[in-house]
Amino acid sequence: MNARKTNAEAYLRMYRQMVRIRVFEDNANQLYLSAKMPGLTHMYSGQEAVAVGICEVLTRDDKITSTHRGHGHCVAKGAEFKEMFCELLGRAEGYCGGKGGSMHIADQSNGNLGANAIVGGSMGIATGAALSAKRLGRKDVTVCFFGDGATAQGLLYEVMNMAALWKLPVIYACENNGYSEYTKTAEIAAGSLPARAEAFGIEAFKVDGQDVLAVNKLAERLVARCRKGEGPFFIQLDTYRYHGHHVGDINREYYRSKDEEALWKTERDPIVNFGRWLAAEGLATPEELASIDAEVGAEAGAAVAYALAAPFPDASQVGRHVFTDMIVA
Amino acid sequence: MREITLSKAVNEAIAEEMRRDPSVFLIGEDVAEAGTPFKVLSGLVEEFGTDRIIDTPISEPGFMGLAVGAAMTGSRPIVDLMFGDFLFLVMDQLCNQAAKAHYMSGGKLKVPLVLRTNLGATRRSAAQHSQSLHALVAHIPGLKVALPSSAYEAKGLLKTAIRDDNPVVIFEDKLMYQEKAPVPEEEYLIPFGKAEVLRPGRDITIVATSSMVQVAQKAAVLLERDGIAAEIIDPRTIVPLDMETILASVRRTGRAMVVDEGHQSFGVTAEIASRIAERAFYHLDAPVQRIGAMDVPVPFSPVLEDMTVPTPESVAERGRLTVRGELFHAA
Repeated sequence: MNARKTNAEAYLRMYRQMVRIRVFEDNANQLYLSAKMPGLTHMYSGQEAVAVGICEVLTRDDKITSTHRGHGHCVAKGAEFKEMFCELLGRAEGYCGGKGGSMHIADQSNGNLGANAIVGGSMGIATGAALSAKRLGRKDVTVCFFGDGATAQGLLYEVMNMAALWKLPVIYACENNGYSEYTKTAEIAAGSLPARAEAFGIEAFKVDGQDVLAVNKLAERLVARCRKGEGPFFIQLDTYRYHGHHVGDINREYYRSKDEEALWKTERDPIVNFGRWLAAEGLATPEELASIDAEVGAEAGAAVAYALAAPFPDASQVGRHVFTDMIVA
Repeated sequence: MREITLSKAVNEAIAEEMRRDPSVFLIGEDVAEAGTPFKVLSGLVEEFGTDRIIDTPISEPGFMGLAVGAAMTGSRPIVDLMFGDFLFLVMDQLCNQAAKAHYMSGGKLKVPLVLRTNLGATRRSAAQHSQSLHALVAHIPGLKVALPSSAYEAKGLLKTAIRDDNPVVIFEDKLMYQEKAPVPEEEYLIPFGKAEVLRPGRDITIVATSSMVQVAQKAAVLLERDGIAAEIIDPRTIVPLDMETILASVRRTGRAMVVDEGHQSFGVTAEIASRIAERAFYHLDAPVQRIGAMDVPVPFSPVLEDMTVPTPESVAERGRLTVRGELFHAA
């Protein structure tokens, strides 16, 4: 009974975190559509079970590296809405003081080494963080999030080779959402993705990225093994992105049909399906889940309002942080 | 004072800093038992083990990336890039990741890493093992760039680089590895951004970097025979760049020449010359001169290769024309 209760808390936390990501993205999308957000952004909606299922088993000291589609990883690793929306809007109180924006949010306090706007750009950073941990005798594990599109970058194979040679505590989490920007993955990836990792002697796994419990169960096992020095590992998580490549990618029928999108949204939604399961198992009533949804909606609304009213960075900030010890005039 | 080679000076700097700080490690190709093709690192793996002197596969972007991540998480890596020409292989990790992480994160992330590499032609190594690419990285905000010109400079600047909290690229002149210079036994550091006046002179200021410092010194001896006193300044680091020392000298001599082994166009000579023109124009008695490497890929044939780099004779000749006011006749 006790184990069931502990699990129930974890399940509800995962449900809430997935809802937080979805609601964050819905708000970010609205900020873009209403021209209140500068630049552009890439929505994580649809892929929530991946970030949440994995980050649920990580400690604050564990590290992640993220991608241009990084809001989900950031929320799942413990970030706050207020600082995130401030960053998206280029405000002084953002996680990066407004200097990074959507594609570069880093949250060092929670072990998030940063989103990265170069596809595949953070694979070396993740592997280096694992090398650091191993060399300095720390127990932390690093999860490197990247998409199927990034598997076409040569860097991945260079760093997986070194991670395997040196048994580094890193997990390569490949979120296969089926599309490499505006191109079907099948058109850019020959053979099997896990087989590429297996060629280096890395144990590789495939999991349904829409099933948060399946993701979480696998991650729990692999993170524990990583801590014991049995890494690295590779996971292919099959998932789906609900939006286009970025928020402005609206008319996308030339590469993806509306029927296909509707099918994933109605039948494979990770939040809806997990909510149904929680109710069916008697772990939460539909009313309790609805109240979580409402709380998260209110939290996001307040954070957006705060960020919209928050001050922009002072002009004196433009030349700061180029270097740690010099200001650029 | 004892004299040691530049190679030994680099080796000592790394060993001293690794003894001082356990978070320092070195990573690169053939750095452990092989001690690099130039044998600069010989003996380090015996003292520090393969855990801290880490041999990698031939994967420059990969180990450069690892160093960035390690630097963000409590380590202070020294990356050994076998030839400066391989900078083109690591550009994304160096310029898009290492150089920008501190800024993009609003100061939250720090990347204290050193990229050790080299420059210099006339080793008959042709176009992909002879380039001097320091201007390329100096162009990117967020990277510091050091250019040691002797064994003494190499040791002091590298020790400072290892203790710096920013990414630093340090270029050693690979033709100088076996050259000896006086280096004290006791510890010293050379601060970044402080140029050194190597030779005082009243007639012309020669700003020379790295491999070109010796060329400038030989040129100064030639000029002296003609009664021309050249002042030589070694900036030591081009990011940060000590313009105050250079400008003070130019305001006194009224003439300036910049000598650097990078390609002449869009490079270090252009940058320093234009800063002199912007800030000391009314003190100038002659146009600022610059001599870089020719804008050609470095050729293999020794006869051709020797034509591409500044020499004591070519620097002295330009200095003579500048001081005598004969530049326009030459043009």
